[in-house]
Amino acid sequence: MATETLKPSATLASGPTPRNTTLGKVRTHPTQNEGLIFEKSSPGKRAVKLPPLDVPEADAERILGDSFRAEPAPLPEVSEIEIIRHFTRLSTWNYAIDLGMYPLGSCTMKYNPRVNEFIARIEGLAEAHPYQPESLAQGSLEVVSLLEQCLIEITGMDAITLQPAAGAHGEFTGILLVRAYHESRGNARRKVIVPDSAHGTNPATAAICGYEVQNLKSNALGMVDVAELERIVDEDTAALMLTNPSTIGVFESEIHKIADVLHAKGALLYMDGANMNALVGKARPGDFGVDVMHLNLHKTFSTPHGGGGPGSGPVACKAILEPFLPTPVLARKADGSFGWNFDRPQSVGRVRAFYGNYGMFLRALAYILANGPDGLRQTTEDAVLNANYIRASLEDLYELPYKTASMHEVVFSDRRQAQRGVKTGDIAKRIIDYGFHPFTVSFPMIVSGALMIEPTESESKEELDLFIAAMRAIASEVEETPELVKNAPHSTRVSRLDEATAARKPVLRWRPVE
Amino acid sequence: MRYLPKSPAERRAMLDRVGVTSADELFHVIPEEYRLRRDLAVPPQMGESEIIDHFRQAAAKNAVGYASFLGAGCYRHYRPVVIDSLVQRGEFLTSYTPYQAEITQGTLQAIFEFQTMICELTGMDVANASMYDGSTGAAESIMMATRITGRSHSVVASTVHPEYREVMSTYAQHQGLPSSTVGYDAKSGRINLDLLDAAITSDTACVLVQSPNFFGVVEDIPAIAAIAHAKGALLIVSIAEAISLGIVRPPVEADIVSMEAQSFGVALSYGGPYCGVIATKDRFIRQMPGRLVGETRDADGNRGFVLTLATREQHIRREKATSNICTNQALVALMATVYLTVYGKEGLRELARQNLAKADFAAKTLASQPGTRQLFATSPRFNEFVLFTEEAPATLNARLLDQKIIGGLDLSRWYPELGHATLWCATELNTRAQMEAAASTLACAPVEA
Ligand SMILES: Cc1ncc(COP(=O)(O)O)c(C=O)c1O
Repeated sequence: MATETLKPSATLASGPTPRNTTLGKVRTHPTQNEGLIFEKSSPGKRAVKLPPLDVPEADAERILGDSFRAEPAPLPEVSEIEIIRHFTRLSTWNYAIDLGMYPLGSCTMKYNPRVNEFIARIEGLAEAHPYQPESLAQGSLEVVSLLEQCLIEITGMDAITLQPAAGAHGEFTGILLVRAYHESRGNARRKVIVPDSAHGTNPATAAICGYEVQNLKSNALGMVDVAELERIVDEDTAALMLTNPSTIGVFESEIHKIADVLHAKGALLYMDGANMNALVGKARPGDFGVDVMHLNLHKTFSTPHGGGGPGSGPVACKAILEPFLPTPVLARKADGSFGWNFDRPQSVGRVRAFYGNYGMFLRALAYILANGPDGLRQTTEDAVLNANYIRASLEDLYELPYKTASMHEVVFSDRRQAQRGVKTGDIAKRIIDYGFHPFTVSFPMIVSGALMIEPTESESKEELDLFIAAMRAIASEVEETPELVKNAPHSTRVSRLDEATAARKPVLRWRPVE
Repeated sequence: MRYLPKSPAERRAMLDRVGVTSADELFHVIPEEYRLRRDLAVPPQMGESEIIDHFRQAAAKNAVGYASFLGAGCYRHYRPVVIDSLVQRGEFLTSYTPYQAEITQGTLQAIFEFQTMICELTGMDVANASMYDGSTGAAESIMMATRITGRSHSVVASTVHPEYREVMSTYAQHQGLPSSTVGYDAKSGRINLDLLDAAITSDTACVLVQSPNFFGVVEDIPAIAAIAHAKGALLIVSIAEAISLGIVRPPVEADIVSMEAQSFGVALSYGGPYCGVIATKDRFIRQMPGRLVGETRDADGNRGFVLTLATREQHIRREKATSNICTNQALVALMATVYLTVYGKEGLRELARQNLAKADFAAKTLASQPGTRQLFATSPRFNEFVLFTEEAPATLNARLLDQKIIGGLDLSRWYPELGHATLWCATELNTRAQMEAAASTLACAPVEA
């Protein structure tokens, strides 16, 4: 029963003591210690009572023979109250959107409406089995259909699949469509061009789709260097994977030229739609030359990130790619009912069993219905306004490596602070003490020491002002007491963790002490 | 718009600070010809009660109030209430991937517990933080095996879930990885071991089987492992019905286990989100896809958890990563963790026993009707079985639907050689009365012309 006693932080020595004092919008308060659930286990405790069996017992040993499990898995034995306390205590160690601003760039940490959770649990929808007869699944299929229509309209594309389970899975699906398209014309082509500002999933995706990755260096503005692109695109180029707005939060204003350069050589334009929160209701990728793109329902369309997932990564495409969409696709039958069409001879195949992360479709549709066209547009405008407000309020203290107009996120660098030995990662840790989740650090890679800030539309002016005040206070701390920042955070349950040892001698599971 | 926390005056003050007169001005960088100057054609804004009505109406068009004997990779099990109470806590629901360890210890510790439980259930040394689902996990396991062995070919049993096989083939085919399928023994419903042996070549990276397989039959894992290992191939075992691990021997001879954890407290939800997970032996960790949480200490010596071994992953290795996966199924893995904690060592065992007994009784009851018999009846099985009927599945199932019963899954789409075969599943939620009602409907089959 080794509940560890927490050792006092040794790093408080320099600077004012934050404990029990207000720092910006926070003050520390006790959190409960809690060991691993296995350490609470004691034989004979239970949290479950099964109803009596209404059929005769079966002889499991006889039915299973050699495949009978002699020893049950040593799962924890605890009672219900201990389970509630265990996970509730753990939960209090997390930061979350529900607690405050979560300006993690590229991740679009917006409010996750609770009605979404409610409707996803309505019995007839939550309990639908993917193999129940289509005649008894019309409600589920209607949801798919309406969401597809909405997303096609929002992206300005012609067709869509909801099957991919997350953004990277959408990229995989989209690049397979590209591949199948080229193959249908006799040659799959060899390479996919990926800008150096791209997210890691882009090159990783191209590689697992069997493509060679060709790196494209960004120009002085952090944007696609169209001349360079023109130089390297050839008949071997399958596609360019472009994030727009880019990972520095800037709209690629030469997007149509980019599309033209690709199309002239028969190559396609793939858009990573991670940043659609900057465009919904204001501009449509289908209108500016994109051939295929993915959306992240867990970013733009408010489905919760849940500590890392689940997501959903629909892929929308132009008509030329429609024949290649994964099977099955939703179809409307002659009698007006919906059904799945499996007869798709040119399809790239399935990318996931069943129809995708359906529970996320429900939530995303609820979000669209709650907003309507006016709400969606206002949302985008507020997201962009918030980012620009932060930019205007901090650019005197933090270096803006690219001065191009910001859309939904602003990327600073730690150049000035680094002169005092303070890195973006340190500033990130220090903002935790002020009650915020850090921004994204060290991405995109084209900005050395990046601070990538995406406030989303969900922040009030008050919360933004507190964030700005905290960032300004930290900038002063960097000048006056840099050690305070370098050793942050000071107010958390645990101080900085030893990642090197974790990787060198991995302990990836609990084992009972002998 | 009720999700937006700003008054007009606040917006005005912010625009002033930015130095523009309207938010629209901030979009000037988008060339005018690409600006959308009309409303999106999506339904008008709805109030909360209208949204709920909308989805309630949709739900009412689905099957409600039917008894169901469907399984086939998606299992209906009782979900304890505490699962939703806990996973709906905002601190779990609305946090991101735990990259900032100091303020995500809750998620990190829960994942560490999940990894541990998966290891205990499967007999593997390590498990990752989750994959999208069982099908993509299986496909990624094959890719992992090709990296470990330096071989490219995979051998897959035809008794693996047909949709999983389609996904594996999508992943393999576009990377030029050859694959072959091995059939089953007509009497046992298990993979044909002679054919398996013959299918493995010196370029075979792995053999992939599912157990219990798509027919509900438990495969002979030690025998399959011996055949694969004798030729230097790895064994991957895919598990679609995770509750089976409560009573079926874990596949300890496997090199990689790819599991779908949906049965652990995850709603059917028309096919997702579910929770894949890959588990393996220590020596293969570096080729494993997906996130891993490890235990460590903080600067003051306190125990803490971090994401670790990230040099396998896309954000560090880009095109050289073991996988492109980034977002996974974390919250669903948390559901599974809570579920396994609720059931615990004895509860999971008892639950598995109940499932086995229910399916055994359902099989016997249905198979004793005239014109009906159970296929692969002498093979070890868990909670699914294949029924052969003289009546065609389509007409049989139509008659069952009239009695508000969703019968077994028609297998003719994938296994036409079985004739009139249906795959039935009985879990702890299927009552004896439902089984007897289904049996009596079977009994009054119209005499076939
Ligand atoms: C720009 C960009 N592309 C791709 C991804 C990958 O998306 P996902 O995590 O949903 O797989 C992300 C998010 O992490 C991203 O920010």
